[in-house]
Amino acid sequence: MSSPIASLSADRIAYLDELVNQATTAAAVFTQYTQEDVDRIVKAMVLAGLGQAQYLARLAVEETKLGVLEDKAIKNMVATEFVYNYVKDKPTVGCIREFPERGVMEVAEPIGVIFSLTPITNPTSTVLFKCIMAIKTRNAVIFSPHPSAWRCCHEAVKIMYETAVKQGAPKGVFTCLEAHTLEDNAYLMHHKGIGLIDATGGPGAVKAAYSSGKPALGVGPGNTPVYLEKTADLNMAVVDIITSKTFDNGTICASEQTVVIDDEIYDAVLKKFADLGAHVCDAKETELLGRTVMDPETGVMQAMAIGQRAVDIARKIGLSVKANTKLLIAPLQGVGREYPLSAEKLFPVLGVYRAKSADEALKVCIDVNHAGGLGHTAVIFSKDDAIIRKFGDVMNAGRILVNSPGSIGAFGGVYNDMVPTFSFGCGTGGGNSTTDNVNVYHYLNIKRVAHRTQAHMWFRVPNHIYFNLNAVENLRRFSSHSTVIVTNPSMEQIGHVDVVRRHLPAQTLVHVSVIPDAEPEVKVVMQGVEALNLYKADQIIALGGGSVIDAAKIMKLKYQSPTADLEELAAPFMDIRKRVVEYPTEKVNGARLIAISTTSGTGSEVTPFAVLMDKARGRKVTLADYSLTPDVAIVDPQFVMSMPKGLTADTGIDCLTHALEAAVSIYASPYTDSNAMQAIRLVFKYLPMAYEHPQDEEARTMMHNAACIAAIAFSNAAVGVNHALAHAFGARFNVAHGRANALLLPHVIAYNAAVPTKFTPSPNQRGYIAHKKYAMIADLLGLGGSTTEEKVSKLVAETEKLLDQLEIPRSIAELGISREEFEGAMPELAKIAFDDPSWRSNPRMPLVGEMVELFWSGYRGRNAGAGAKRLHKTA
Amino acid sequence: MATIAVWWLKVPKESAAETLRNAGEKLQTAEGELVLDFSGLCRIDPGAIEALKRLAATAEARDVKVGLRGVNVGIYKVLKLAKLTPRFSFLT
Repeated sequence: MSSPIASLSADRIAYLDELVNQATTAAAVFTQYTQEDVDRIVKAMVLAGLGQAQYLARLAVEETKLGVLEDKAIKNMVATEFVYNYVKDKPTVGCIREFPERGVMEVAEPIGVIFSLTPITNPTSTVLFKCIMAIKTRNAVIFSPHPSAWRCCHEAVKIMYETAVKQGAPKGVFTCLEAHTLEDNAYLMHHKGIGLIDATGGPGAVKAAYSSGKPALGVGPGNTPVYLEKTADLNMAVVDIITSKTFDNGTICASEQTVVIDDEIYDAVLKKFADLGAHVCDAKETELLGRTVMDPETGVMQAMAIGQRAVDIARKIGLSVKANTKLLIAPLQGVGREYPLSAEKLFPVLGVYRAKSADEALKVCIDVNHAGGLGHTAVIFSKDDAIIRKFGDVMNAGRILVNSPGSIGAFGGVYNDMVPTFSFGCGTGGGNSTTDNVNVYHYLNIKRVAHRTQAHMWFRVPNHIYFNLNAVENLRRFSSHSTVIVTNPSMEQIGHVDVVRRHLPAQTLVHVSVIPDAEPEVKVVMQGVEALNLYKADQIIALGGGSVIDAAKIMKLKYQSPTADLEELAAPFMDIRKRVVEYPTEKVNGARLIAISTTSGTGSEVTPFAVLMDKARGRKVTLADYSLTPDVAIVDPQFVMSMPKGLTADTGIDCLTHALEAAVSIYASPYTDSNAMQAIRLVFKYLPMAYEHPQDEEARTMMHNAACIAAIAFSNAAVGVNHALAHAFGARFNVAHGRANALLLPHVIAYNAAVPTKFTPSPNQRGYIAHKKYAMIADLLGLGGSTTEEKVSKLVAETEKLLDQLEIPRSIAELGISREEFEGAMPELAKIAFDDPSWRSNPRMPLVGEMVELFWSGYRGRNAGAGAKRLHKTA
Repeated sequence: MATIAVWWLKVPKESAAETLRNAGEKLQTAEGELVLDFSGLCRIDPGAIEALKRLAATAEARDVKVGLRGVNVGIYKVLKLAKLTPRFSFLT
């Protein structure tokens, strides 16, 4: 099939191109106009339109032979005065809205050239409306009126154009196609100079517009159902319906088509209609009407009835009615093709349906709505809010009007506060892109100027942190009737449990819940919760390393909120501030959690994290929420004096890794930096001492403090890729967490200090600063170096030196893991590491391939300097 | 060595379209380069745009280089929307 455009002559194409050319120039020039300019022009146009309202109405009626002069004059006035009232104070040039608190500004950008189709039913009013919208938004329009309404539309365009140009609008801003064809329309719809098609017209025009591939506004057909519910004000309803359905002889597509009336009021309503000039048809008359005003083949309206008076229609089909009959009412038994009058009728013929119940009435309204009226308009008369809400819920209509007439109500601004329009968006149901009353904002590209904003950061720590030797004495500050001490067997054997018990207030009933010295399982946690319930605990003391404290955190969570779903709470998240799953806030039990750490590494006593072992599925589940943070932390070095050397080294390096990763995290802040930096300084100074001289009280104290404050830093700034790698590697090869961190740490420092392949998006940071942070740390440690590169190299070397001092294996190979075994595990290691949320706060976004490289660097060990060669050279 | 004549023309805001039309006509016989000074112009109207289009067509036909100087951002956007920017060089 050949394109309709192919039949256009070269002369015609040149004519159409010239129209677009002129409009394009006008639209381009129009971009220079200010708000004051357009407002001045619009006001003059509105006054001109008002002045010519009756003249244009007369032209329209004479030319189209549709509608009522007086009503068309009113439509012209609504299209000018009411629309002006809506748009006059609306900014449409430059900045149109500002949201300072969000740093967002909306700026108007004109569309350019709009190709506008206007209908036969509302010809001049639609032209007036669209001209005002176009000038207000600095657009040019090429009008293509319905061929049977060309003269009146051309006159309306002329009046608007001459007034606009007189007021300074660019020449060529409006043009009206000369006597035209569908081929002209098709050509313009596909023209590259057209920015938007605004098609107000029949379904064919709307479909052509949407099929053109251009951005388009189109209006769908209507079939407005009305539910006249038994609580309605019947006098008002009947007058409104007659007013609306006879307005301009029913040519407005939003006018009422079928009124569904509750059984209880049906007879009274029909009597009121009859009293006010409607003719209620009997069955025979209804059948006659149905087969004459509607096409029996297609089911659509016959042209001879559209926009005609009721008496004229009656006369044409041989129906005997009174001379003053306004409206023909046809009782219907159903909806669909077998009931032709249940379709759209743009003339004063109204279907009515008697409904036995509200349920039936709503269903019939749905049927009418779906019989050609989707997305358009629906009307309800009722005083019952519940029914009105139900109606609003089940009708698919862009305009659902309550206790007001359909046609004039849908215009907006007359019977309600909707936006005044002559173009009703019908949503996807009507094949449209919007359900709005089309208005100036649909004639604009609205640009958002968004300033950079910073996420609101926070710094959260437990309410109380007691530190230094004998800090445990502070337990007596916390009254409790029933305290459960959660601990592991070794703590009992060493006597730490007795120390704690001694410092509790005398009246406190104390129970001890001993759990295995391993990462907590669900079963262990639930046993603990049983104990808490049994003893009606109001205080939990977690005494132990990270595993014990983590177990106590989860016990408290399940004790306070028994329905908390641990699986759901462990759902992944990218930013704790924006997480999807929320932790429970309603609590059936209340209990204070006091954490007493017996290792100097994890800092679990102040963190919002807890790791749970899901043995059934063979995996670890990490819970993270600030509600998990203990209420009280006791950082008393007496509980770590007996830590073995290996544990001292591993946990100490875990602490250092926390601090280093928090320092360069994308969530780092001055608040977390102060803690991270101090922790790093303490570790480098005191960890070797604590390792070499386990009874050195000062070294133990400082390392215990370092672990706690490093944890405060990473609780608020998070960790990084080192932890992601260590979690995967440690779990796969059963290597202690601190040791796994140690094997990768120098390599990760070198990696983060190099120019990233990919940056992690970080709105809170200005530029990439990881290497500078490392250099700052080197300065803090007094390592020397004059450039950033040198300082980072020295930090890597100092870290390696510390690892040597702690006699930590310096390569994964030294752990006895063969190259083949490591290589075989690599795909899974990389996958797990990449799934680990820890790296998401890393300043450098690790690619999977880079994670593999880092694992191999850790395997080879002692060559972190290789990465340092790629360091930033900036000072 | 050939001498290239540079013809410098100020475009006044009161008669921009007329000036550009005249320049276009003279271009039909002129040699060298043409520089149009827009620095006195705040806005441009459709008449001036049409004149510029014709001038560009003449310049292209006669292989004469036309430079626009002092074009403000608003007018530059108009020229962009009217698809005129590739047809001129812009001088600072």
